[in-house]
Amino acid sequence: MAKKQLVRVKVNGRERQAEVEPRLLLVHFIREVLGLTGTHVGCDTSHCGACTVVLDGKTVKSCTMFAPQADGCELMTVEGLIQNGNLHPLQEGFTEEHGLQCGFCTPGMLMSSYVLLQKNKKPTEEDIRWGISGNLCRCTGYQNIVKAVQYAAAKTEGGGK
Amino acid sequence: MIQQTTPEVGGMGHSIKRKEDLRFIQGKGNYVDDVHLPDMVYGHVVRSPYAHARLKSIYTEKAKALPGVLAVITGEDLAKANLAWMPTLYFDKQMVLATGKVLFQSQEVAFVVAEDRYTAADAAELVEVEYEELPVLVDPHKSTDPNSPILREDREEKSNHIFHWEVGDKAATDKAFQDAAVRANVHAVFQRCHPAPLETCGCVADFNRATGRLTVYLTSQAPHAHRTLFALVGGIPENNIRVVSPDIGGGFGNKVPIYPGYVCAVVASLTLGRPVKWIETRSENLQSTGFARDYHMTAELAADKDGKIQALRVKTLADHGAFNAAAQPSKFPAGLFSICTGAYDYPTAFCEVDGVYTNKAPGGIAYRCSFRVTEAAYLIERAVDVLAQELKVDPVELRQKNFIQPNKFPYKSPLGWSFDSGNYQAAMDLALKKVGYAELRKEQEEKRKKGELMGIGVSSFVEIVGAGPAHTFDIVGIKMFDSAEIRVHPTGKAICRMGTKSQGQGHETTYAQIVAQELGIPAADVTVEEGDTDTAPYGLGTYASRSTPVSGAATAVAARKIREKAKKIAAHLLECSEEDLEWEPGKFYVKGAPSKSKTIQDIAFAAYTNLPDGMEAGLEAVDYYDPPNLTFPFGTYICVVDIDKGTGEVRVRRFVAVDDCGNVINPMIVDGQIHGGLTEGLAIAFMQQIDYDENGNVQGGSFMDYLLPTAVETPHWETDKTCTPSPHHPFGAKGVGESPNVGSPAAFVNAVVDALAHLGVRHIDMPVSPWKVWTILKEKGVVS
Repeated sequence: MAKKQLVRVKVNGRERQAEVEPRLLLVHFIREVLGLTGTHVGCDTSHCGACTVVLDGKTVKSCTMFAPQADGCELMTVEGLIQNGNLHPLQEGFTEEHGLQCGFCTPGMLMSSYVLLQKNKKPTEEDIRWGISGNLCRCTGYQNIVKAVQYAAAKTEGGGK
Repeated sequence: MIQQTTPEVGGMGHSIKRKEDLRFIQGKGNYVDDVHLPDMVYGHVVRSPYAHARLKSIYTEKAKALPGVLAVITGEDLAKANLAWMPTLYFDKQMVLATGKVLFQSQEVAFVVAEDRYTAADAAELVEVEYEELPVLVDPHKSTDPNSPILREDREEKSNHIFHWEVGDKAATDKAFQDAAVRANVHAVFQRCHPAPLETCGCVADFNRATGRLTVYLTSQAPHAHRTLFALVGGIPENNIRVVSPDIGGGFGNKVPIYPGYVCAVVASLTLGRPVKWIETRSENLQSTGFARDYHMTAELAADKDGKIQALRVKTLADHGAFNAAAQPSKFPAGLFSICTGAYDYPTAFCEVDGVYTNKAPGGIAYRCSFRVTEAAYLIERAVDVLAQELKVDPVELRQKNFIQPNKFPYKSPLGWSFDSGNYQAAMDLALKKVGYAELRKEQEEKRKKGELMGIGVSSFVEIVGAGPAHTFDIVGIKMFDSAEIRVHPTGKAICRMGTKSQGQGHETTYAQIVAQELGIPAADVTVEEGDTDTAPYGLGTYASRSTPVSGAATAVAARKIREKAKKIAAHLLECSEEDLEWEPGKFYVKGAPSKSKTIQDIAFAAYTNLPDGMEAGLEAVDYYDPPNLTFPFGTYICVVDIDKGTGEVRVRRFVAVDDCGNVINPMIVDGQIHGGLTEGLAIAFMQQIDYDENGNVQGGSFMDYLLPTAVETPHWETDKTCTPSPHHPFGAKGVGESPNVGSPAAFVNAVVDALAHLGVRHIDMPVSPWKVWTILKEKGVVS
């Protein structure tokens, strides 16, 4: 077994650290070391996007990174969306527009949508469809996810979230 | 008529927001892989790289020597406990871990248990298995060739033939064909595909040595049936088994069977006395668990010269893989495939199906459908289009001419079903109007003159869902009822438990709405809980669109039992006789004096505090509902496609879906189900296929090769509905989750074939890839 490495991250605003095997996948670090099980594993091959998290402002598929590669980085997971007990407009949008069914893809969808809205405050339907094209959903047919993101965009427009 | 409740009560017909969403949008769901128990260890399955090979030896010492490894279990080990084989859900058995030989690529050969999942995977690599390759049987058409290898040495019958099943009147059908003015036929393969829910299958098996109790957290669509099967197969007393199906990340039929990994995890936990987690990788999921379809079908239609259909004849070869693990509870080997007569009225039909073994993964599960209904609907809707081509009439006109008329219901189909209700013309009229059919046909004509390819595909499907009734459906003899238990608390809030299990369908919301409708308790005040066999009443689970038709019915009936008792209490409180009371959702009032009333909340409190003399305390009821018949949802789907001649790429320009599922509980949720089912239909029509090469190597074993649509490939769906209530269901509902997946594949394929019909194209097998279309265009000289 390889020598353990120290991984220090700021996750959802909180400093966390742990010594882990260098081969530990970031998604397992998040789920099993940090105990944040909202991030899911759906495919192991970076196709499905259920493991999407935000790393230094960009979406990454955490099943395709080693935990030590995230050392020193700032991470945001689905658990970090809620602020002071207030749901993020995206979270509101997903429930208002029925943008989820089984819920398994939802955390990854929320993370991709979050970064999309950071970069593009007024996305068109096509922008949204491309923005979430790295995330598979087997339940919703995406239509209501698009509406959920539109809901959040409308709600935050001018609000500068 | 459904009495309208206020939005605050949120009974039937209200698009109330889902209760389950709050935890899912915050990352607080609890899926099986989120279950973490103290002292838990991890299992990993060693799988066969070969499709057919004799097992010469398995050497486990190196694996066992790896630090952190706790056990390596082989088929020989299981055989000592009589667990090397287990029964399938359809009169066959399958290996848990291979003994003697392997019969498909990725078959389970050994199970490694280690302190963590990485070590378990490392150790699996160290298990050395010596194989002797055997000739491989991939093509089901060659299964009964004398030269083909006999796959199943365990069976007395030395043949790869599993069953022959036929239904209908062969002589009358043959005669109708002899006399027919027009005949049309289509050979259509419904390709092998996989439901691929986003969460793979897995479990945590936790045997507590101190108590002798086994708890299994399981990705299960049918936790109660699975508990019974664990008891029957494992010999553990059923009261000592608790199956918990927590949040399920999509099922679509994939999570109905019991898989070898579950059994191995249970055996490992029994052996080690520690909780054992086993979670499939995606590749394991696609390569070894419940595939669907693989039906090789021929349909022939006989008609008179005016296009009135006279008879249907169907012959089908069903590839079941290495073991017949069809997850279907009907008495018929081909499930409900005999719904293949469709929405049309004709006197006679004959259908025969032969099932065979091949060196492929076992299964034959009902992928978002009621046991071969998707295959049936696809076949008849393709065949009708081919007949329209033969007759040179519009496919819409041909359908209209042959629809079963509304006054014919209940309609006895030539293959023996009694269709409960329907108005097929109404659904089609709405779809035609919505899509602007006549204009589209004109546009197509103009485009053809310019050499552009555009097609319009129609599918007027009929489904059969909601299994039972008990006389036709059972799982290992357990009759196919389902259940609901409602308890009203003293403060007027309630908890309901059901024998079903949501995998995303929104049961926590919709069942609460049924209670709200029946008792007037606001849906917000009703907690719904499913999936824990220690607490929920027994039931057969969620698949085949059966939750609303069966457990939904049980919920309404249980609520009505509560209302009966509530009436007695209300009469006591209002000091009147029961006959003087009227009900409206939420309260009883005295006839002619509506101000004298008691709310359901008043009554609930009285049920624990102020009862009539001699009445038992409490306000609760259980119902086990055996439906008198299945329900028959239907609809018309119309798809418009444009084809890029340069690439063969099909673009779905529009898709109009008109569904009729009877009375609707939550329109928002129904719409969501339809969007999702249409997207899976799109995936099947254009992308999804689990194919095998001539050596039995899986060609669709990861998301790299097994294509699923993203938001970019998925079109915008246009949905609408008509409403023809089921006459036998307590609140007139029919079930809807599967309709879009059942009805849509034919609409997509019909549209593509329609775009190419003037070139003489009659049929294209799914998945309709750009390559297939481009090849046809090249053959027809459209592109050079």
